[in-house]
Amino acid sequence: MNDKAKLAVLAALAIALIGIFLFTDLAGNLEYVLSRRCKKVWAIALTGATVAFATTVFQTLVNNRILTPSIIGLDSLYMLLQTTVVFLFGGFALTSMNREVRFLLSAGLMVLFAGLLYRLLFRAHERDLYMVLLVGIVCGVFFQSIASFMQKLMDPNEFLIVQDRMFASLNHPDTDVLLIATALAAFSVLACARNFKYLDAIALGRDHAINLGVPYERAIRHLFLLVAALIAAATALAGPITFLGLLVANIAHQWIHTYRHRFRLAGSMLLGVIALVGGQLVVERVFTFSTTLSVIINFVGGVYFLYLLLRENRRW
Amino acid sequence: MKLRYGFVLLLALSAVSFFVGVKNISPLDLFRLTEEQARILVVSRLPRLVSLILAGASMGIVGLMMQQLSRNRFVSPTTAGTEDSARLGILTAMLVFGSATIMQKMLIAFAFALAGTLLFMRLLDRIKYRNAAFIPLVGMMLGGVINSVTTFFAYKHNLVQSIGAWLYGDFSMAVQGRYELLYISVPLVALTYWFADRFTIAGMGEDFAANLGLNYRQTVNIGLVIAALNTTVILLTVGVIPFLGLIVPNLVTLYRGDRLRSNLPHTALTGALFVMACDILGRVILYPYEIPIGLTVGVIGSGLFLYLLARRNAYER
Repeated sequence: MNDKAKLAVLAALAIALIGIFLFTDLAGNLEYVLSRRCKKVWAIALTGATVAFATTVFQTLVNNRILTPSIIGLDSLYMLLQTTVVFLFGGFALTSMNREVRFLLSAGLMVLFAGLLYRLLFRAHERDLYMVLLVGIVCGVFFQSIASFMQKLMDPNEFLIVQDRMFASLNHPDTDVLLIATALAAFSVLACARNFKYLDAIALGRDHAINLGVPYERAIRHLFLLVAALIAAATALAGPITFLGLLVANIAHQWIHTYRHRFRLAGSMLLGVIALVGGQLVVERVFTFSTTLSVIINFVGGVYFLYLLLRENRRW
Repeated sequence: MKLRYGFVLLLALSAVSFFVGVKNISPLDLFRLTEEQARILVVSRLPRLVSLILAGASMGIVGLMMQQLSRNRFVSPTTAGTEDSARLGILTAMLVFGSATIMQKMLIAFAFALAGTLLFMRLLDRIKYRNAAFIPLVGMMLGGVINSVTTFFAYKHNLVQSIGAWLYGDFSMAVQGRYELLYISVPLVALTYWFADRFTIAGMGEDFAANLGLNYRQTVNIGLVIAALNTTVILLTVGVIPFLGLIVPNLVTLYRGDRLRSNLPHTALTGALFVMACDILGRVILYPYEIPIGLTVGVIGSGLFLYLLARRNAYER
């Protein structure tokens, strides 16, 4: 099978899953049910596609396939934000807060943080991207220790509200902010579109990319911010799913043996949609909501990651 | 810093730690203690003091040893998956063996911590870029993966908050009857001292070590067992103290260089001093309430770590 055929298979599978999600078990007022399901599947597909896209780009930027963008502290920042609101103003404040405001606040802060991180470090540290990531992780632990301190003091009932936010839940995605999230994702992708052609060259490493005439620093900066914006949009929409990107980006890489980003990006986005829509189907129809999708995805993604690392004698 | 000044400082801080607390006991009372005051000192203050010193000193030493063995400044129980694996072990012990004694829990958690650290060391052998900052990234990813497994089971049994709260670093629980497990770290520290030179040689690489007639694998394994056991003990009694094993050895090697054996007493002392200072700070800031050590070390530690990173880069150029 060549790459195009593989992509076609993936696309067919994604469409089939979306079809199953939309049209099986239909009962009651069709118009109401369908409009709700459409919004839900839109949110789910958007999350899956953005996370997959961001992770693939990120892995090209850092030239490594075992890292994922959420580790630079974005997830921890998101959790710190939610925890702080609940801790200071009570659980009611978080659930009754204007959803658009909450979305923009969460996403805005995450993008701001990533931008600052990058701006402060990338120049100062000889363009060592790993150093930027390491500082991001340290900031993540910092946010986390504050957040878990507040969680420790919290009333267990209020903690449940935080816990709801802690795991990406696609059972009730914030459909109100769906439009904003879509707009944010689309805008950042478009704003960064002229850098996509450099991705194949960037994958060769810094020296080769510069040699081939890529405006390396500018491209890296824009793409890094794009990744942050996409992850922020997905996290603020659904909640943190740390290992989804890792899972789909690597499966895409394994299955589609090409380094051309046109195919890799499309493949991983389709896989992201398949994983989330399929996973949500399983959660809703098989587990009947007894567990959360993100917990399963993180579990499966984590185990797969370990398998990847230990599978064979290859170097990372 | 000369060792003896350090000891004087440690004594001074110990005295402060001994007499700071909600129940006011002044040093002058020492010779005419009421029964209640005497009991507070024996049941709470003294165990706390001892556990502060033990935890600080042994975590510092474990960090130093792990850094030596992996030849990377940024490796520590926090950044090598040790803590996260031990946490998974504790959860397993709680879920599978509900009635386990603390000793059994420790053994299970220890087995997990050891397995996690071994996994990390195996990964290290396979890493292509020996970029210093990349290795802790891998360790943190590994930790995140192990954590996701923990969360998976904790979520199912509604234990997310409990396990988070229970394992949050906090010395206020170090009272008589609850902290004695920490004494296990005394022989571990002694063992580290005994093997110090071998660890230094093992840190020079497998070929070099073999050339000098050292059983490399065995030495590394001994080091990992010590690290895993010590981390587990501290996790079970005090909880997670992020970055402790990372910052203390780095501070010491900044001005002492790399020789493990001569650095050990300094690292132990600095570790104890650092933990004690953070703990006293946490007890004083919100008096009469306490800020747990996990937060004070988490905040101060991340700041210090960022400083170390910046400094290290300034030298590299």
